[in-house]
Amino acid sequence: MSLATDILNWVLIATFIVVAFSQIMAMLRLVKGPTVGDRILALDTMVVNALGIIVLLGMWYGIGIYFEVTLLVAMLGFVSTVAYAKFVLRGDVIE
Amino acid sequence: MMWELIGIYVAIISLIIGAIFTMVGAIGMLKLDNPMSRLHAPTKVGTVGIGALLLASMIHSWVTADGSFNELLIMAFLFVTAPISANFIAKVYLHTNEDKTLPKPPRDDTWSTLNVPAADRDLIED
Repeated sequence: MSLATDILNWVLIATFIVVAFSQIMAMLRLVKGPTVGDRILALDTMVVNALGIIVLLGMWYGIGIYFEVTLLVAMLGFVSTVAYAKFVLRGDVIE
Repeated sequence: MMWELIGIYVAIISLIIGAIFTMVGAIGMLKLDNPMSRLHAPTKVGTVGIGALLLASMIHSWVTADGSFNELLIMAFLFVTAPISANFIAKVYLHTNEDKTLPKPPRDDTWSTLNVPAADRDLIED
């Protein structure tokens, strides 16, 4: 049992590092991105990676309140992606 | 005791799967050269990557505490909204494409993405 818990802790730390690196890679695409669509895509991916980091934090601390944070960030990310795309497409968010 | 051990190992495997898919999505978005190919890579992060992390979190909560199905709600929300946002980003690529090499639509005059409402035509002309 204690061996399994130790492995879980190490894997959690490794997953933290991997997700943080993917967040940095998405940020590089956000800076580089030749078109507007690439930047919107990079922001969307960054929101999804942030969701992953919050879920991992919830596992690390064992607190259930991170679930609400994850749900709120997911909704905000979806709405902001659609609003950005709509603005670029039509020059207006709500027509 | 036995089931707790199995649950922890399943959570570990789910975490590894989620980490691999998150990394693959990020590498694909950074390395691919075509905008539409770049759109294809991060959809793996949104479904399998986050799905596996949420599954690990759910199993972990069942093992260590009372357990909850809350993560299923986030999973369902992400699975529903991921295609919609991907579709919007694809439409942005189509609309801002410099060489408009789209095929002709089967029924209408033009694609609805490129169509300008009649009230706004004079604004575009300037």
